[in-house]
Amino acid sequence: MSRLSSIDTPVEEETEVVESDEAREALLAKIQTELGDAVVGSHLVPGADLWVRVDRSAWATAGAYLKTGVGFEYFNFLSAIDWKPSPFGRDMDAQVDLSLGHDEASEVDMAIEQGVAGGDTRFQVFARVNDIVNGLGVTLKADVPDDDLSIGSWVPVYSGANWHERECWEMYGISFEGHPGLRHIYLPAGFEGNPLRKDYPLLARRLKPWPGIVDVEQMPGDDGPADAVETAEAAE
Amino acid sequence: MTAISDREQLSYIAAQAADARVNVEIETEGMTLNIGPQHPATHGTLRIVAKLDGEQVIAADPIMGYMHRGYEKLAEVRTYPQVTTLINRIDWVGSFANEVPFILAAEKLMDVEAPPRAAWIRTILFEMSRIANISLFLGDMGLQVGAVTPAFFAFRDREHVLNQIEAATGGRFHPNFDRIGGIKDDLPAGWIAETKRAMKKIRSFCDEIEGLLQGNEIFEARCRGIGVIPADVGLSYGLSGANIRASGVDWDTRRDNPCGLVHNELDWKVWTHPDGDSFARFWVRLQEVRESTKMVDQLCDGLPSGPVMAKVPRIIKVPAGEAYVETENPLGVMGYYVVSKGDLTPYRVKIRSASFNNISITPWLLKGVYVPDIVTILGSLYFILGDIDR
Amino acid sequence: MTDVAILGELAYWQQTGIRVGAGLAAVLLVAGTLVYLHLFKLVSFMQSRLGPMEAGPFGSLQLLAEVGKFLQKEDIFPRKADRFVFAAAPFVVLMSTFLLVVVVPGGPDAWFINSELGIYLAMAVSSVSVIGILMAGWGSASKYSLLGGLRATGQLIAYELPLILAVMGVVIQAETMNMQGIVQAQADGEIFGWGGIGNPYILTQFVAFVIFMIAMQAELTQTPFDMPIAESELVTGYMTEYSGMRFLLFFIGEFATAGVFSAIASVLFLGGWWAPIPGLGFDDNVWNLLGPLVLVTKVVVLTFIIFWARFSLPRFREDQLQQLAWKVLIPLALANIVVTALLKIVF
Repeated sequence: MSRLSSIDTPVEEETEVVESDEAREALLAKIQTELGDAVVGSHLVPGADLWVRVDRSAWATAGAYLKTGVGFEYFNFLSAIDWKPSPFGRDMDAQVDLSLGHDEASEVDMAIEQGVAGGDTRFQVFARVNDIVNGLGVTLKADVPDDDLSIGSWVPVYSGANWHERECWEMYGISFEGHPGLRHIYLPAGFEGNPLRKDYPLLARRLKPWPGIVDVEQMPGDDGPADAVETAEAAE
Repeated sequence: MTAISDREQLSYIAAQAADARVNVEIETEGMTLNIGPQHPATHGTLRIVAKLDGEQVIAADPIMGYMHRGYEKLAEVRTYPQVTTLINRIDWVGSFANEVPFILAAEKLMDVEAPPRAAWIRTILFEMSRIANISLFLGDMGLQVGAVTPAFFAFRDREHVLNQIEAATGGRFHPNFDRIGGIKDDLPAGWIAETKRAMKKIRSFCDEIEGLLQGNEIFEARCRGIGVIPADVGLSYGLSGANIRASGVDWDTRRDNPCGLVHNELDWKVWTHPDGDSFARFWVRLQEVRESTKMVDQLCDGLPSGPVMAKVPRIIKVPAGEAYVETENPLGVMGYYVVSKGDLTPYRVKIRSASFNNISITPWLLKGVYVPDIVTILGSLYFILGDIDR
Repeated sequence: MTDVAILGELAYWQQTGIRVGAGLAAVLLVAGTLVYLHLFKLVSFMQSRLGPMEAGPFGSLQLLAEVGKFLQKEDIFPRKADRFVFAAAPFVVLMSTFLLVVVVPGGPDAWFINSELGIYLAMAVSSVSVIGILMAGWGSASKYSLLGGLRATGQLIAYELPLILAVMGVVIQAETMNMQGIVQAQADGEIFGWGGIGNPYILTQFVAFVIFMIAMQAELTQTPFDMPIAESELVTGYMTEYSGMRFLLFFIGEFATAGVFSAIASVLFLGGWWAPIPGLGFDDNVWNLLGPLVLVTKVVVLTFIIFWARFSLPRFREDQLQQLAWKVLIPLALANIVVTALLKIVF
């Protein structure tokens, strides 16, 4: 087989990229026409992925439209993210880790900086659904303001969202309107706090310091760990 | 004169009334049965609270979290290479497959691509962990419906695959072998011939299981028509892997979205079954193991030469961005949504594990079945507790 | 000349002592042999492993170690258990085994009781174990035990019918209910005029034999009929809460009953203690020593079938096994009786 001659693997992905790109653009256009102003942001990586940020009020409608309107029948997952960096900074890292390549950022930078498709709030809910016929996936995002941590539930549309929303509720404290029963799913019934929020301390680290050693492994063709820091700096 | 249809209607009402009287007289109180957290049918510490009427389940509510380890939080304070140690423990019978999507997501963010040889070896180990995982299922499914011997056969023949994984990676259960930009080491000498022998043994194991279980009338009676999942329900619950393919959905991430792995260069087939019942799920998994052994054979034959590691910096800092990569793991689709802020550690890792979605259908599926069928259904959905509780 | 001649001269209490000793041996030794041969070794062979190898040659003393382990264990009573019922249940189960063993003849004079209604008595006392199982299921105050006990009761009652109906074919052919008489009828029988091996009823009553074996498997609650125990769903059914000595009693009861039922089956279908050895008459005194050995050999062969099935088949669901009993086995057994009766008149 010609594969034995390793590196010259034929690269013929150009056409495919353009194709799926068109599909995603068409999809984005459809969502924009259907939801109108509710689409407040989007991000498209050609040939790879699509993010759509919708307004909180349109969250449930967006899910319903994706399922019934454009055939995204497959519910993949639903979760949330806390964009406010941890107030504990990097003091949970080991000293070794700090010295290697993270000196300047060791002071806490509390600026909230949202990821792709933008955002305005500390918390964002995101979910992913798939169109298994055309092999497309889309990640939906929605801002959830701090003063009212609630958003519409997807359970009436995607039954599988039930447990994901329960997990999201207990981990971030975001409640889902219309959910049949928001109860703890992983944590014991009386648990207080929302562990996945960034300001929730990781107690294991605070009680017992992390021994911490950066994985520096002998690479083929390298001399030794002495030039580790240089390589890291060169990479930046 | 009453018409015939009216008389039928009246007699029906009378019969209903008589039934109702009897039912009121012998009405019994329901019983709540706690299945688990320590119970042989739950593969760990899953607990199912079942409300029973006699032996029929009225409502079932799975309760988990007895083994929740908080990997999503822990991953936020670990460097990227350290995270693989954690995620190895998610699905602990097919560990290598857990590492792959995370590493691929990190590579996607860093815009690094593993050299061809690394991608091929990754695919070999990925498929071998599938064999190790599902062959356990094939034995365990027999155990769930009462046949003890297949489980021993499964452990016996799974050993051949585990030995090969150990020979290549040094770890039987938790290889921790995948690296950003490639894999840790090349394969040892003589490994390929030995692997092909192991695959032959796995194929004969599949034949054995086919004879012992699939052709057994009692097994069929216990599994056919039990726990039927229609395709649309399965999709809206996010079922994946063999569970959704057994409902007739022809969807396999390995074929439809092969990012980073080389499944598309092989000659193989996605198996589906139209029935959607426990038997179909068993059957599809059995075929998948066979298909995997063929894939491993092809991969061994066509393994390209070259380096197994791309040029990556020593201290891995992943550029800011978000990426989601999913692969078709033994239990179903497993994905990692990695958010990076250009740091040593990921900012957020959302682990989309297959069993969490697969088992979320149980409250719907267990309604109205009999107690023995709970075990069949849980067994055929096939979950690993670490994959639910993360 | 032999021990039987001596037995006639012994005092009543001495005879009783010998009988009790023989009864204990028949239950415990047979159960031990079956556990070692089948549960330890046969199954290990089937499952490609060795089984116990450390205690004694080929692990033959493992049983003693196991018994020692069980005896040392704490005798745990669940807090809400009905203490008397819970404590008594294993004894009731084991007692039914002992009651069963007395009807099985081991030789022309080596019997415990030689009742004219031997097989009738056996079928009657075999039902006593149902009470013990129900007591265990109820007394444990555990839902798993209760479910297991109720399943067991339904199952044992359902399978008692095909068991008895299968026996009826043999009784019609042998024209007696006396176990000794059934053995003699087979020893004296002829196959189309050839009396070389007598006429074991497995040949003429093959349908009854198959029904009897299936029903026996169910009576013993062995896989594929082990829904009442069903480790993977009911933990171990009615035995869930038992530990130590009481669990051991259930365990002995399970295997001893398997042995005794196989002994009854071999009396009914395989000629019991008699074997076609030229030069030995039916009443020869040698049979009193040789007979029990022949019987045990047949028991081992029959239990081999039981354990073979037990470790290769999955289990039926409760409703499926009831269907098998009521819709298949009972009509078949009834048909067998009719055919046997007709042929009896014809020949």
